[in-house]
Amino acid sequence: MGRLRTIGRRSFLIGSAAVMGGVAFGTYTVQRPHENPLLGDLKPGEAALTPFVKITGDGIILIAPHVELGQGVHSMQTLLIAEEMDLDWGQFSVEPGEPAPAYYNTALSEDILPFMPTNNSFQVETARNAAGSLVKVLGVQATGGSSATPDSYEKLRVAGAVARETLKKAASRRSGVHVHQLKTAHGAVQLPDGTEIRYTELAADAAAIKPVHLVHLRDPADWRLIGKPLERLDIVAKSTGTQDYGIDLRLDGMVHAAVKVNPRQGGGLNSYDASAAEKMRGVSKVLPVTGGIAVIADNTWRAFQAADAVDCDWGPAPYPAEMDGHWQAVAESFTPDRLDSEWRHDGDVDAALEQADVIEAEYRAPYVAHAPLEPLSALVLVTDTHADIWVSHQLPRFAEEKVAAIAGIEIENVRLHNQFGGGSFGHRLEFDNVILGTEIAVQMKHTPVKLTYSREEDFAHDYPRQIGMSRSRGAVKDGHVDTWDLAIATVSAATSQAGRLGQPVPGPDGQIVAGAWNMSYDVPNLRVTAYRVPELAPTSSWRSVGASTAGFFAEAFLDELIHAAGADPMEERLRLVNHPATRKVLEAVAEMSNWGSDLGENRGRGLAMVDSFGVPVAEVVEVTNTDAGLRIDKVFVAADVGRIIDPVNFDNQVKGAVIWGLGHAMNCEITFADGMAEQSNYHAHEAMRLYQCPEIEVRGLENAHKIRGIGEPPVPPAAPALANAIFAATGLRLREMPFNKFIDFV
Amino acid sequence: MQIIVNGTAHEVDVEDDMPLLWVLRDELGITGVKYGCGIAQCGACTVHLDGQAVRSCQVDISDVGNQEVTTIEGLGTPEALHAVQAAWIKHQVAQCGYCQSGQIMQAASMLDLNPEPTDEEIDVIMSGNLCRCGTYPRIREAIRSAAATLREA
Repeated sequence: MGRLRTIGRRSFLIGSAAVMGGVAFGTYTVQRPHENPLLGDLKPGEAALTPFVKITGDGIILIAPHVELGQGVHSMQTLLIAEEMDLDWGQFSVEPGEPAPAYYNTALSEDILPFMPTNNSFQVETARNAAGSLVKVLGVQATGGSSATPDSYEKLRVAGAVARETLKKAASRRSGVHVHQLKTAHGAVQLPDGTEIRYTELAADAAAIKPVHLVHLRDPADWRLIGKPLERLDIVAKSTGTQDYGIDLRLDGMVHAAVKVNPRQGGGLNSYDASAAEKMRGVSKVLPVTGGIAVIADNTWRAFQAADAVDCDWGPAPYPAEMDGHWQAVAESFTPDRLDSEWRHDGDVDAALEQADVIEAEYRAPYVAHAPLEPLSALVLVTDTHADIWVSHQLPRFAEEKVAAIAGIEIENVRLHNQFGGGSFGHRLEFDNVILGTEIAVQMKHTPVKLTYSREEDFAHDYPRQIGMSRSRGAVKDGHVDTWDLAIATVSAATSQAGRLGQPVPGPDGQIVAGAWNMSYDVPNLRVTAYRVPELAPTSSWRSVGASTAGFFAEAFLDELIHAAGADPMEERLRLVNHPATRKVLEAVAEMSNWGSDLGENRGRGLAMVDSFGVPVAEVVEVTNTDAGLRIDKVFVAADVGRIIDPVNFDNQVKGAVIWGLGHAMNCEITFADGMAEQSNYHAHEAMRLYQCPEIEVRGLENAHKIRGIGEPPVPPAAPALANAIFAATGLRLREMPFNKFIDFV
Repeated sequence: MQIIVNGTAHEVDVEDDMPLLWVLRDELGITGVKYGCGIAQCGACTVHLDGQAVRSCQVDISDVGNQEVTTIEGLGTPEALHAVQAAWIKHQVAQCGYCQSGQIMQAASMLDLNPEPTDEEIDVIMSGNLCRCGTYPRIREAIRSAAATLREA
């Protein structure tokens, strides 16, 4: 891989090159000169491509540049390449993309500008592309924002097609048969007489010729892999305990480390006494790190035990010590000087409200932890000239920069080996494990150090979801929703995160109102306003980010307005919806759930629809109010991602996202006392367990204009659909998560 | 002291109260067994002691004695899958996969003791195993499928 990386950074300027006796193909030809030049990308300086396809004499290696966190991205990305290359499923191996600017994520910028995701006008597309260029210049090789699919869909098919056509050209030169008479199948070029030349036999020839620039992508009618149910590539390893995650790695001579850092996040360490810890078996030393200490031992458990035994005197938290202070800061932010954006104002809300009976309600959403099941870890080796880090990370380039800065080593000599992650949900966008692991390794040069977080340490430093509130005022008229003034105040997770990256966040934070300002409803008078709460506890992107709070605020209050109007939640939304593909999503769940049918005693169904990351998702939740508490019986979900690449993974992602949304709305929050998170492990932040899991019926639609990702969009509607179902079954209106503060779940 | 893991005896020199989990992972390098919480809340560290599912983070090494320890690596291999593992693959259960060693060990133990669990029994017995990705619907399907396979065998 070292050689591949060198090519990626320095010498891969023409689209193909010899690699370890083989050939590598990039996406130089993505330039597509026949298309809108504003959309065509690559400038000369940006053509320093890293390959996506590598063929050696031994085999075919496809590069999946996003980090595999469980979302199935390795399978999705390689199947796009394999489709165009006429490779059989499994006829190749997969390697993760090395951190390199060439693996920029072009789709991440899609939603940072204030255009409706449903708006695909030329002006909007042009502006989106400008933002995309910015991301490209920054070289953001990011995994997140449900962006892997839109980022890959065209780019990787082109990469596969370039490889295929270049291999055909090589075969043509070798055989003397015109390229138009050649076909490809099963990883080989087929000659008219039936003989085959394996791609692996053509590697050296292909490396010596210029790659074919003009390629045609396969007609969707001819697809063998895309849209077909496939076995994900890592399924056997993950079912037999043979999949290594970052936390499982070992190197010769490796020592184990544990950290204990001020649980008042960002607070300092006044003093510590490690005398007891230093005497414990297997402990070699206790070292200072930013905000705390690290224990070096010969075993993870011994390091944990010794870290517990270090007596630390912590400094105060740089935010309110108690929750009252946090909620007060949120409540006091609905003021003109905290105004962040007002991207939506239809009709005249103020005039309409003056003449109406106003319905008002306040909603709250707490801090919530990511807590992926694999705790954070980092294996780091620093020498005088080089640094290597093995970690699962969503922003590998930024992580390398952190390592370089701490170790005082040129970034060219820092190498991040991205690992399979045992979940993330946004947690692996952060750098604490990278920073602390490097700080330790710098103090122990030439010794590989594996830092493993205890679950408690992981919870204490989770960087939870943004805390926030909404205040809605609305009115109904003639049995319909007429006016709605929706004000949302949250801290800005984007600003908090960018601060830790040393990056500015110019302009408003669209995530505060994501999923709300862009709602596809024609309410005659509608205003959506964002207020930015001053920074409190540090926060971070949590699966579905802003829409996980704004979607709840919007769709739960809309249910209140519809109820006040005496209308039916489905019929009124269908009346208000203004976008064809979104309407079809609503119609689909109406049909699936047999909306309007009688559910019987003590039962209720709730509906919510949120559009986040450009994907409209509608969910119907059915509940029963039993003597033992509330039971979630069934969930119906319809979502439109434009094109479903892998139906099995689509189904799995949707179900997982619904369970994520429901589980955290039921029983999860992070609260601070004395500046420290009170929830230290899963007993206090449980989310959904199997016995509570409803039956979930999924339908994927393909009417939308653009292809989109599905990892996050089904999260936001889950909480409001549950709240609305609880109201339907019990008459109880829940306006604050988690709901178990007000109602028992079975 | 000596422990038997997946049919092989190992000599280990550790504290009496070191959890079996860490002996397996750090002393013996058997990493299919996962650390998730350390307090028996997540089930990622589930192994079998004489065929019974236990949370290895809660078992002191000195209490293992002569009991046979089986980890996911000893249940079946990619070349010779256990019926539960085969069902997990058929139903495409795993997402991140980190909890699945524990889920599979719990399910295999349950089916060994109770070849025909009811849906309610599955729910109760599997609810000690947390999955943050939300693979529960597929876990249920895979268990029913594995149960049918094992009954036919």
